[in-house]
Amino acid sequence: MKIKLFLLAPFVLGASFLFAQGTISGNAESTFQYLNEDTVIGANQPPSKGLINSYMNVFYTNGNFKAGMRLESYLPRIQGYPNRFDGTGLGMRYVGYANDFVDVTLGSFYEQFGAGLSLRAYEDRALGYDNLLDGARIIVKPRKGIVLKGVYGYQRLSFQEGRIVHGAGIVRGTDAEFHLNEIFKKMETSSLDLTLGASFVSKYQKDDNSTLVLPENVGSYGGRIKMLYKNIYFDGEYIQKEQDPSNDNGNIYNYGHASVFNLSYTQKGLGILISGKSVDNMSYRSDRTKDLQDVFINYLPALNKTHTYNLVATLYPYATQPVGEVAFQADVMYTFLRKTKLGGKYGTTIGFNYSTTYEPKKTYNSNYPSDSTGIAYKSTPFVMSDSLYWQDINFNISKKFNKKFSGILSYYNIQINNDVAKISNDAQGVINAHIGVVEMLFKLKPKHSIRTEIQGLFVQEKDGVINDKGNWFTALIEYTISPNYFFSFMNQYNYGNPDKTKRVNYPIMTCGYIKGSTRFTVSYGRQRAGLFCVGGVCRFVPANNGLTLSFTQSF
Amino acid sequence: MKLSIITLFCFLVGFSFGQEEAEKNMKKLPSVVLKNLKGKSVNTSEMGFEGPVVISFWATWCSPCKKELNTIHDLYPDWQDETGVTLVAVSIDDEKTKARVSPYANAKAWDYEILLDPNGDFKRAMGVNNVPHTFLIDSEGNIVYSHNNYAPGDEDELYEHILELGSK
Repeated sequence: MKIKLFLLAPFVLGASFLFAQGTISGNAESTFQYLNEDTVIGANQPPSKGLINSYMNVFYTNGNFKAGMRLESYLPRIQGYPNRFDGTGLGMRYVGYANDFVDVTLGSFYEQFGAGLSLRAYEDRALGYDNLLDGARIIVKPRKGIVLKGVYGYQRLSFQEGRIVHGAGIVRGTDAEFHLNEIFKKMETSSLDLTLGASFVSKYQKDDNSTLVLPENVGSYGGRIKMLYKNIYFDGEYIQKEQDPSNDNGNIYNYGHASVFNLSYTQKGLGILISGKSVDNMSYRSDRTKDLQDVFINYLPALNKTHTYNLVATLYPYATQPVGEVAFQADVMYTFLRKTKLGGKYGTTIGFNYSTTYEPKKTYNSNYPSDSTGIAYKSTPFVMSDSLYWQDINFNISKKFNKKFSGILSYYNIQINNDVAKISNDAQGVINAHIGVVEMLFKLKPKHSIRTEIQGLFVQEKDGVINDKGNWFTALIEYTISPNYFFSFMNQYNYGNPDKTKRVNYPIMTCGYIKGSTRFTVSYGRQRAGLFCVGGVCRFVPANNGLTLSFTQSF
Repeated sequence: MKLSIITLFCFLVGFSFGQEEAEKNMKKLPSVVLKNLKGKSVNTSEMGFEGPVVISFWATWCSPCKKELNTIHDLYPDWQDETGVTLVAVSIDDEKTKARVSPYANAKAWDYEILLDPNGDFKRAMGVNNVPHTFLIDSEGNIVYSHNNYAPGDEDELYEHILELGSK
């Protein structure tokens, strides 16, 4: 072994000398927590007291050659991160070659076909989500406007003892996209812009079940269209999945489907968007026995606005039910232009957003499971039942009053079905919450400003009983000195909790120092348990009390 | 395990020896193909703008990002007249919120070049940890300044750097 290493070292050293002539870029992030015991909020002190997550990406390109890697370290992982992450080692690495015609990658890669309904390998480090593909990918551009892709690999399932752990099944896929206006000379000047695409994905996992006959190869395929005509934009994708009995769907033999469309109209000062989505039996993983966020091959976006204010974003967020749902969304934004009556000197923007999600209408097979089909029910795309999963009605007004003062006023009404999209252990049925937020920004003098947020969340009583944790109040004040410093203090108060001993304050203080692309933050205080979500994927973060230090760097 | 650590160590040693060379050739924009709002493919290393370029990573769900871009929006006509700068706003919205990018940008009457990075390819290549993250690129395609975060007043510092480029 040792001899091998000595032989290898000069080669690698030599290779990296060559590397140094190209471009190196990357980033690093480290988060350290020191946690206290806090029985009032149910926060536990981990045995090691201190926790730390770190990673660093290093990407190298030199002409047509590229290589990259990420080192990750969990000693041990911070709270809320997938509990099986541990150790230090390579979490991602690849080499590749790319020119205008071909792009080939060996090793780890991220990829998305169309809207991702058939395949999306991506990462979100803040969530600890990473379903990268480990294998080979080729992208070919035979002529302008045509992109062909082929991928083959195992997905990253976990990271244990400093090593990537792969999912059980292999994933293969191919995708083609045609931008007609670039392909056909005649369409070059057309005011209609048209893109067509198609994809086919397949997974192979051995049938190791003794009682069921499981399909070992499961395909998923479909097409998409994207149209732009003057101010009108439309895109849509439809994907069908073959029989895929799994833990998620209770081992039924139904086909699955997913479909999304967006229609929008825009002009200066106005944006209108209408979206629809239909999903049925579309959990598609490279290991049929897995659950939660593990080894998803596809991505099923939740069809609602991603909120940013603390109480709205983390108390009642919604993620897609891959087993099935029908959802619609409408979004309108309008700016009253400058120097109009409602616009004032700087213009006023109003936004309205509505989203709703229902269970699909299912006609159940009365002979299931005694007949041999294994088909449990029938459903039709976009046909929904009257069982509500989610509804969100919200609007906001943002206005700049003068050079020194601006503000945003927002209202939200959120209904979430806790029996289906489980969000709380304390709630029954549909939680109906009204939330109001006032945000104000004061510029004190050049480079110095103060921002405040006042948020109130009011949960409607259910049959005279307080639902979930009752009402909340949040206040935040933030002082920033551009470009280097910020200080903020936030307190969340659960004053309406039905259990009087749980009417607790969650104060937290955060300071930050930023210099160019380096950023340090320190925070100390209590954080309530909640769902931390990015892009409709959520992870549960337990309540904690303590110190958090974080460092990020780009290079 | 041991093997990978030693390999890595060698890489790093090699990198640090080669550092001098790397500093002479400043960091260039990586090449990633993204779509603009018109559906056209744009190679990030060949965007073909004359003069300085500001690349600002943002998302429809990121309030400080929107504050930054809306603030610069008010100053943008003057910035363009004085320095010929172009701002490229790269949205990292994924499929969940990507469809909101165009309505938002239009409702705010932005004049920026907008690119979509739904799977985070350009974000990763640029080493962006979190948004907002703003880069300034000179007319030769070198990254000359970057800033993570946005606080009111940061736009003034950015503009000072743009002006510095102009005087060179």
